[in-house]
Amino acid sequence: MSRFEALTGDNAFAMAMRQVNPDVVAAYPITPQTETVEFFAEYVADGLVDTEFICVESEHSAMSACVGASAAGARVMTATSANGLALMWEIVYIAASLRCPIVMSVVNRALSGPINIHCDHSDVMGMRDSGWIILFSENGQEAYDNAFQAVRIGEHPDVLLPVAVCQDGFITSHAMERVEVYDDADVKAFIGTYRPQWSLLDLEHPKTYGPLDFYDYYYEHKRQQVEAMEHAQRVILEVAEEFNRKFHRNYGLFEPYRLEDAEVAVVVANSTAGTAKVVVDALRAEGLKVGLLKPRVFRPFPARELADALGHLKAVAVMDRSISFGAMDNAGPLFLELAAALALHGVQVPIADYVFGLGGRDIRPGEIERVYREALQMAETGQVARRVTYLSVRE
Amino acid sequence: MAQLKGWKEIPIGGMILEAGSAMEYRTGGWRAFRPVFGEAACIHCMQCWLFCPDSSILVNGENEKMAGFNLDYCKGCGICASVCPVNAKVIREAGEALKRDDPRLCIRMVEEGKFKE
Ligand code: SF4
Ligand code: SF4
Repeated sequence: MSRFEALTGDNAFAMAMRQVNPDVVAAYPITPQTETVEFFAEYVADGLVDTEFICVESEHSAMSACVGASAAGARVMTATSANGLALMWEIVYIAASLRCPIVMSVVNRALSGPINIHCDHSDVMGMRDSGWIILFSENGQEAYDNAFQAVRIGEHPDVLLPVAVCQDGFITSHAMERVEVYDDADVKAFIGTYRPQWSLLDLEHPKTYGPLDFYDYYYEHKRQQVEAMEHAQRVILEVAEEFNRKFHRNYGLFEPYRLEDAEVAVVVANSTAGTAKVVVDALRAEGLKVGLLKPRVFRPFPARELADALGHLKAVAVMDRSISFGAMDNAGPLFLELAAALALHGVQVPIADYVFGLGGRDIRPGEIERVYREALQMAETGQVARRVTYLSVRE
Repeated sequence: MAQLKGWKEIPIGGMILEAGSAMEYRTGGWRAFRPVFGEAACIHCMQCWLFCPDSSILVNGENEKMAGFNLDYCKGCGICASVCPVNAKVIREAGEALKRDDPRLCIRMVEEGKFKE
């Protein structure tokens, strides 16, 4: 039997880690992910998990230890945020390249500077080309649910890639919400036993991980990573289907909210999607045909499926919680990729970007309503008045 | 060189699934200096065997004596010459710094281009 608990997002992910009972966790605390590591350390101290818990001296070491443990055949989890993720950088790429199915909670926080500990998505957006699968979570429940699915997705023999599970720093990580916690046995049955194909500890079959790889074979190994990403989309959907059946949820590549008969939609990830749903309901009550698309899977980017889901709209407003400085129109990464996806898949729709919430700046329903009203105007005129808006920044 | 394989035919992630595959990579081609025996007699202390990073010191399996250098893999780093105690003795007795290819040494390092059998 499942039960309901009041958990912060950090605690929800730590709870998932307890139930996964990974062989190895190597982590270094960093705000706002710290609580996850603290809760998990408590589970270790209380003997609730069998995990080898490595308290490392930095995130670079955390990810290095994770890669080593994963190569040795262990099921491995970790967690980080912003500058901690940045310090892991070198090994983040290596984890994907060596095909280590590590699962990492990324509690989204602004990547300095000036120094800031609050939420935006500049940290995870930096790792979008690193070869990791990236999942977003609206709230603690989704972070918790994504954790189990991430284990299955990453370890799938057709994938073997690390998976990052994002949640918004403080807004989700430190806010207490109702979370349905599943029965340990059900979780155990869902994630199954990890049977690594190539374990360094399999002494009968000695092997080498991470040798020098030059111009003669490096490129082929990168091509294999592309293949793994292509398989990942199918596997993500298969795993979601099984998860939904077992735990009565509704996961897919993204979540459409009142989108089917909508004329305009906002596309926004993580916690702000929750706020946007409230705005959608209010505007719907006024008779306005508005909807929402909340991306869940950012890597691999489901371009065709997004184009199909948004193809009937008269206007699209993307909300980006980070800036791709110097990119086209200094827009955000979600907008840039989505605009390209729509154009390449033949969807001709006015589309604009709204950068918001940098460094934890509050985003209120009123501001999201403004985005919707401007999107409705775009739909009416067929014109994009401003390609990129820095929402609520003071002039 | 062997036929290069396509991405579907090779292990993922650059993994090497056979043990001892370094044997296939003849690092001797990297060598700029070659270790050769000089006049001072080897005492078969096996220091060179212990320190050679490429396992390139040959040992006679019958009498367990140092038997030369495996030039297919020796990269010419000169570590064997540096650790050889006979070399140390020769230098001390000479009372001066010796060039690394001095014929009085036990192991001398000779520039590849200048080497004559
Ligand atoms: S020169 Fe270096 S690689 Fe060659 S035998 Fe001596 S120690 Fe070994
Ligand atoms: S270190 Fe010198 S003396 Fe000792 S075995 Fe090697 S060559 Fe001979």
